[in-house]
Amino acid sequence: MALKLEDVGRIAHLARIHISPEEAARTLEQLNGIFALIEQMQAVDTTGLEPMAHPLGGAQRLREDAVTESVDRDAHLRNAPAHEGGLFLVPRVIE
Amino acid sequence: MSWEVVIGLETHAQLSTVSKIFSGASTAFGAEPNAQACAIDLALPGVLPVLNRGAVDRAIRLGLAVGATINRRSIFARKNYFYPDLPKGYQISQYEIPVVSGGHIRFPLGDEEKVVRLTRAHLEEDAGKSLHEDFQGMSGIDLNRAGTPLLEIVSEPDIRSAAEAVAYAKALHALVRWIDICDGNMQEGSFRCDANVSVRRAGDTKFGTRCEIKNLNSFRFLERAIEHEMARQIELIEDGGHVVQETRLYDPDRDETRSMRSKEDAQDYRYFPDPDLLPVEISEQWIESVRAAMPELPQAKRERFERDFGLSAYDAAVVTASREMADYFEALVARLPSEPKLCANWLMGEVSARLNREQIDLARAPVAATALAGLLARIADGMVSGKLAREVFDAMWSGEGTADEIIDRRGLRQISDSGELETLIDGVLAANAKSVEEFRSGKEKAFNALVGQVMKASKGKANPQQVNDLLRKKLGG
Amino acid sequence: MTQLHLASVAELGRLLASGEISSVELTRHFLARVEAHRELNAFLDVRPETSLAQAAAADRRRASGESGPLLGIPLAHKDIFVTRDWASTAASRMLEGYMSPFDATVVERLGQAGMVCLGKLNCDEFAMGSSNENSAYGPVRNPWDVKAVPGGSSGGSAAAVAARLCPVATATDTGGSIREPAAFSGVTGIKPTYGRPSRWGMIAFASSLDTAGLMTASAEDAAAVLSAMLGFDPKDSTSVDRPPEDCIRELDRPVAGLRIGVPREFFGKGLTPEAESAVRAALDTYRGLGAEIVDISLPTASLGIPVYYVVAPAEASSNLSRFDGVRYGHRAKNHGDLADMIKRSRAEGLGAEPKRRILIGAYVLSHGYYDAYYLQAQKVRRLIGEEFQRAFQQCDVIAGPVTTGEAFDIGAKTADPVAMYLEDLFTIPGSLAGLPGMSVPCGFGPRGRPLGLQLMANHFQEARLLGVAHQFQKVTDWHRRTPAGVAATNP
Repeated sequence: MALKLEDVGRIAHLARIHISPEEAARTLEQLNGIFALIEQMQAVDTTGLEPMAHPLGGAQRLREDAVTESVDRDAHLRNAPAHEGGLFLVPRVIE
Repeated sequence: MSWEVVIGLETHAQLSTVSKIFSGASTAFGAEPNAQACAIDLALPGVLPVLNRGAVDRAIRLGLAVGATINRRSIFARKNYFYPDLPKGYQISQYEIPVVSGGHIRFPLGDEEKVVRLTRAHLEEDAGKSLHEDFQGMSGIDLNRAGTPLLEIVSEPDIRSAAEAVAYAKALHALVRWIDICDGNMQEGSFRCDANVSVRRAGDTKFGTRCEIKNLNSFRFLERAIEHEMARQIELIEDGGHVVQETRLYDPDRDETRSMRSKEDAQDYRYFPDPDLLPVEISEQWIESVRAAMPELPQAKRERFERDFGLSAYDAAVVTASREMADYFEALVARLPSEPKLCANWLMGEVSARLNREQIDLARAPVAATALAGLLARIADGMVSGKLAREVFDAMWSGEGTADEIIDRRGLRQISDSGELETLIDGVLAANAKSVEEFRSGKEKAFNALVGQVMKASKGKANPQQVNDLLRKKLGG
Repeated sequence: MTQLHLASVAELGRLLASGEISSVELTRHFLARVEAHRELNAFLDVRPETSLAQAAAADRRRASGESGPLLGIPLAHKDIFVTRDWASTAASRMLEGYMSPFDATVVERLGQAGMVCLGKLNCDEFAMGSSNENSAYGPVRNPWDVKAVPGGSSGGSAAAVAARLCPVATATDTGGSIREPAAFSGVTGIKPTYGRPSRWGMIAFASSLDTAGLMTASAEDAAAVLSAMLGFDPKDSTSVDRPPEDCIRELDRPVAGLRIGVPREFFGKGLTPEAESAVRAALDTYRGLGAEIVDISLPTASLGIPVYYVVAPAEASSNLSRFDGVRYGHRAKNHGDLADMIKRSRAEGLGAEPKRRILIGAYVLSHGYYDAYYLQAQKVRRLIGEEFQRAFQQCDVIAGPVTTGEAFDIGAKTADPVAMYLEDLFTIPGSLAGLPGMSVPCGFGPRGRPLGLQLMANHFQEARLLGVAHQFQKVTDWHRRTPAGVAATNP
């Protein structure tokens, strides 16, 4: 099944990537080429197969409840595009 | 036309772990902005989550307390959406298989006992906070809360009124505190509800379109928001409109709900199993060790208090309203095994009234259960009258000492010695010849006046029953 | 004395141990080579003073009586591993100048073993690519032919080792990003079992596939370094909790009696005659050493690419959501509201390939498509994993080509993502199954560019795999060949 231009717009919005109309058209063509490749796997009968989310399987290892991290806030803020009073600044959040 | 409201609650209980759900940063409240947001909480490049056993432990505890199924294998998934207080661009949550499935909450509503079924309870991480004070026209992001463990407890749409929603939320609030998985501090956001509200015409079997009201952090707001939302939906439908499924925010200042446009377009969350986290396996042994450490639950305790101590259903319910209350009561009864009713009355009466008046928790009450037991013992053995006991209690509350010390120091010991009482009575009879005369001529009222005089002469310390007996004997003799 | 940059890790260790050279001298030698070969664009961040300080520290450790096979030996890290002392960019504009407050576990472990970091290596942006043309900081050139790509995504690692700018380079492999560039650049590359090296501090691309590994001049060198690199890490909950392993222990084990499975599907159309004959010749070498060649079949392996291009972009789309210009990274200068700021920052900060994969990933996970794509891919992935397990009942290791042919020219495939994706046809199946794999130099293509032999083994069989590769390298000299000028120059 081929993607349409509005699919590109929809997923670009979901992924929060600004995309110009020209880029969207070019992207559509590329994605359809890639999905033509991907569609090959649809022919496989996978009835009854457990999805493999992880190559080794097994159970999750947990940690004990203990405070082990100390925070170097200045080191974190040094990489911030904008900050003030220890806060990361962003354009106004509207709820 | 009559309407029925259908409500389901999603409650976020912040779990009382010392560290975050996927990082070793502290969960303590009130630190400087971002001072408790470590590399993992900030989603710096290269970091990975490692799940806190304490969070799973608490989820199991809730599951056992509500009679739910603990899933032996549960999955963490990523819920993908962009928000500046969500550092990874996804929230680690549970989607297909949560830790806890099913269960129910039982609670009284008026004279009825209600049962609300639970759908599930799942673990997830909290987000940070956006602060809207003006920073050069920008918002500030504080990620201290990001990664705090939450247990989201989802009810079935079994609730049929705002009052029932509040009663359910209160019962759940009491329970999470009872089993010590959440501090229940609503001001700090440790316990908050989202309400799914829809309305339908009485008799309809299909649910109406629901709206989700987010982040109700007080019982009052919960009640107001539901009532407002019901009214809004009913009015909308009666005016020929229809309800649009959406997320709404309750504004306590204006007492209304309004649409949260910012969340509208983020509905495709693209959940998938988190590849950083394998399935969580919970062994039978683990479940049993949690069960073994579980305190007696409120309902069991309530039934036991009625059965073993002869408390009324009402008293038993009040005394088990919180674990602190029940523990206090049991500590009292342990010292006064023959006086459970006296213990309950004092706890529900004097103690609760003082706590209420001073707005403090039982845990911080200046009169501990052992100290109060000392006073109640003196009431039980007749050493102090019920009336004077209140004075003693007030003195104890002010830190003046133990019951016995105060009774002695203030000379409040009840006079039960017949010799002493007879001397008192003789004095009163001699000074009140007129009353004696009246009594003898048949005026029963005069007897009560004489008793009053004796009590007054003893400064309230005379044992009233004894005074009665002695007086009658003397007058009759 | 052999020229220092041609010496093996073991030889360098002996020179350091005997005091014939110091780590500072050795580090200066390699830093000079890095400086002299900037045309390769293999390095993204070089800070000689920091490297020399590490070397001096290694020399002090030795002076105070410490020893160890890696103490004082230089290496360079792929810029997917975060480092405190060098910028960590994942070759993306998004992370230009980003300084990590912590070191990746791999960086830390090798540092504790005494290795000296020469700097950060160029790669495809966020490790997405097969030619190293997707770096925001320009393509890496193949030292054998500067018109050719070095392979990717660990192209900087491959080129740096091929040109002997460093004796050892770390690398990462998600679908072939160690093995393919190792083959194209004529070096030895190993991708261990998924979960054996820690992922803590690796900038995530596809979490269920990303595996740290190494590029070296030989299997013997790789074994020495891998022993120090692998190991349980409590900070990575997918890290395998197994005791540390001596990866050298099987180097000298003969291959007589070894069953080498050769998947017939790897020799179909698309494989160039030169690549096929080089691999067949390598198999003949093994046969000559007493190994048994077993014909095996991996019928579902050809679906590895479709599966991979669902699973990896799905995970990537989510992993790369953190790059929103809020806490670190690129923020667009001109933007409107918050959503626009995020969209434009991502549009400007991320390159074409990451964006393409993010979009694929968002699509396959989106409402209504999840089952048909993501779930189906994970089920076919299971099938591929099971197929390998059946194969390993018939053989001890699997051998075949790494790529269909020698390295292509820079620019040859940039316009066609599908053609680029097909480069990883032979390496992706093993990645999906989490298997350890290697690329070992085994010949040259028609244009004189290297070719590689791929070796795969079952989970946790790294030591065996290294032994099998070493036995081949004992009787061949492909791995000793260097690009023109490397052996003659000093530095």
